[in-house]
Amino acid sequence: MTIHSPPKDWFKWPHGHERLWIGLALVWCLIMFAMMPYWHFNGKQNSTGESYAVEPDAFVERVEQFTAANKVGEDPASGIPIVEPPPGGDAYLLGRMWSWTPTLKLRQGETYRLHISSADLQHGFSLQPMNMNFQVLPGYDHVLTLTPTTTGEFTIVCNEFCGIGHHAMIGKIIVE
Amino acid sequence: MASITAMSGPRTRKCDTTGLPVCLDAEFFVKMNAVSAVVFLLLGGIAALTLALTRWPAVHLLDSTWFYRMLTFHGVNMLIFWILFMEMAILYFAGTTLLKTKLFSPKLAWAGFGLMISGAVMTDYIILMGQADVMLTSYLPLVAHPLFYLGIILFAVGALVNIFNFFATVYVAWKNKTYGETMPLVAFGAVTAAIIAVVALLHGAVALVPTLTFAMGWTAEPDPMWYRLIWWGLGHQSQQVNVVAMVSVWYLMSHLTSGGVVLNEFVSRGAFVLYILFINLASAHHLLVDPGVGATWKIWNTSYAMYLAVLASLIHGFTVPAGLEAGMRLKGYTKGLFGWLWNAPWKNPGFSGFFLSLVIFGFIGGITGVTLGTQQINITAHNTLRIPGHFHATVVGGTSLAFMGLTYYVVPLLFRREYSFKWLARLQPYVFAVGIVLMSLGMSFAGSAGVARRTWDIDAAGIYGATSHLMLGVLGIGGTLAFIGLLIYVLLTVHAVLFGQKNHGRAMDDWGTPKDIAPAEGDTEARELLEHGKAPGTMVLVLVLLACFVVYYFANWKALADLWHVR
Ligand SMILES: [Cu+2]
Repeated sequence: MTIHSPPKDWFKWPHGHERLWIGLALVWCLIMFAMMPYWHFNGKQNSTGESYAVEPDAFVERVEQFTAANKVGEDPASGIPIVEPPPGGDAYLLGRMWSWTPTLKLRQGETYRLHISSADLQHGFSLQPMNMNFQVLPGYDHVLTLTPTTTGEFTIVCNEFCGIGHHAMIGKIIVE
Repeated sequence: MASITAMSGPRTRKCDTTGLPVCLDAEFFVKMNAVSAVVFLLLGGIAALTLALTRWPAVHLLDSTWFYRMLTFHGVNMLIFWILFMEMAILYFAGTTLLKTKLFSPKLAWAGFGLMISGAVMTDYIILMGQADVMLTSYLPLVAHPLFYLGIILFAVGALVNIFNFFATVYVAWKNKTYGETMPLVAFGAVTAAIIAVVALLHGAVALVPTLTFAMGWTAEPDPMWYRLIWWGLGHQSQQVNVVAMVSVWYLMSHLTSGGVVLNEFVSRGAFVLYILFINLASAHHLLVDPGVGATWKIWNTSYAMYLAVLASLIHGFTVPAGLEAGMRLKGYTKGLFGWLWNAPWKNPGFSGFFLSLVIFGFIGGITGVTLGTQQINITAHNTLRIPGHFHATVVGGTSLAFMGLTYYVVPLLFRREYSFKWLARLQPYVFAVGIVLMSLGMSFAGSAGVARRTWDIDAAGIYGATSHLMLGVLGIGGTLAFIGLLIYVLLTVHAVLFGQKNHGRAMDDWGTPKDIAPAEGDTEARELLEHGKAPGTMVLVLVLLACFVVYYFANWKALADLWHVR
């Protein structure tokens, strides 16, 4: 049958179990369809993709200004500055081969506009152990409007391949 | 009577098993493409073993450089070379034998094959020379040696030449009505796959040609976001070609191994058409956490496109086993809900390859794919090991396993050689399937614990605990087992092609086809079920699938709700 031509009168509407299953499957697809707009308006976790064009050099400069203005300390081991952005304000994070700077110090329950971009290749912002993941592209200022709901020390892992030292591209976010 | 003249003469033979006419020119190119496919499968498989043994933390085989090199090599050889060469073989078979016609042009087939082989060799060489450690996706601004892109472009052009040859063959058959009024379903599926392949390969050209000229230093760098968008028009859709080819193989193997029928030609064909219409937009689900594309774009393209294509897969997920159930019931295996299933030829590697492929694709690959491809849920999965956990269940447990099952019929029917060590062949699909399922689950659970894909080492981060390490161990063991299954398949097949016993002039050895035990006048109960569109056993199976789907889907929303708030 499957490898031979069907008889001339092969057209018929689905019936029986087949029609039942197509109906069920269609309803399920529509439910899944509805879930995304529903969550967009009522859920708290969305990826809206807000972003602005930015030259990599210009972004590096912004990160440096942001760091200079809000620096509260330095990681003794790595020398990476620890920066505390104003609650409700803008925060900046730069990905480059193979580090994330600066270390951000945030407050639980406060909302920040976190600007992330890359100075060189594509990187992956992967917040652990939260397991929240976003793509980072050079030339794109990716803005996440972020509200930490838990406290502790969180690690940023790079999860987009960016060369030989990719696995060691680790950053930090501290939430108090 | 064009059909009869078209199919007589010295360049054809009649298949001793199926009675179908075989065009000898087409047969030659089926062989060439299938053999190439198996060679690249072996290359990609060896790379896979080294990768699995590196991500297994207790072994950690390769150094960092060679891990990324092998990862690039593995992706390119498996997802492009193995799969596409096999698909070319399927097109040449479906376009001629199933349509009872001759190959349109052996010259074009040579040209296509030559381009594909030289492209593949060029790309593999440049990767192994360490000039293209960029992964399959080669995301800009990461740049490879120009020959990397040129090789892939030549390969794609070769594939397009073959596809043109296929369409010309189909056109001649259609004009001469060689196959009667309506094209057989499996050939219809092959046409669907070919149409999607053209769209996919054109996207590949649009993404890779400017990247090649950039790598040569002739033009400016293409925008990295633009590249991602267009590249996934190739990357995603070529996976859809695999799905369509795999579903066509399911229909084919269901019939060849067990006498499966088509419940409703309109439904099965309509589901194929849904793929053509809606799959393109589904490439959006690779960009769900990207900057540069907005929420509306993401939601619309994810749902509108995916869910009608998902519907198509859900339909095939019913019609394939239901056709098998009906065929088996017509043969007299009517006991209870599942008598047809227990009596299916489980020792026939053509059957087990096909049916395990169906189950793994549906229950693991399909459910995870749709869930992870949901716009917001993707936040918890993007670039983690959950992604390869998903697609190894679709492309490897699904497509590759179905192609392996197919091979156990291709070699006796077209190479006209029998397999030796038949007991080992009967075991092979199970070894491979268990390995892939273990590996896929290990990846998925490690990914849920936050372990990234495409990462040589997880210990530098210092945050991954015992669960992650254990799951990566499962990945390693599963990958090793799958490699053993792959190796058995390659060795048995190469042995059969070179040294297998010839079966000219007789039907191929029976792998085990269920005997017709229905009374001489046929089983009335089975016929009545079929007439009323009923497949009770299959209905139960798909309801179980739907229940698993719903639970997994909403469990993922639940997990998402615990995360930090983000817009
Ligand atoms: Cu990185």
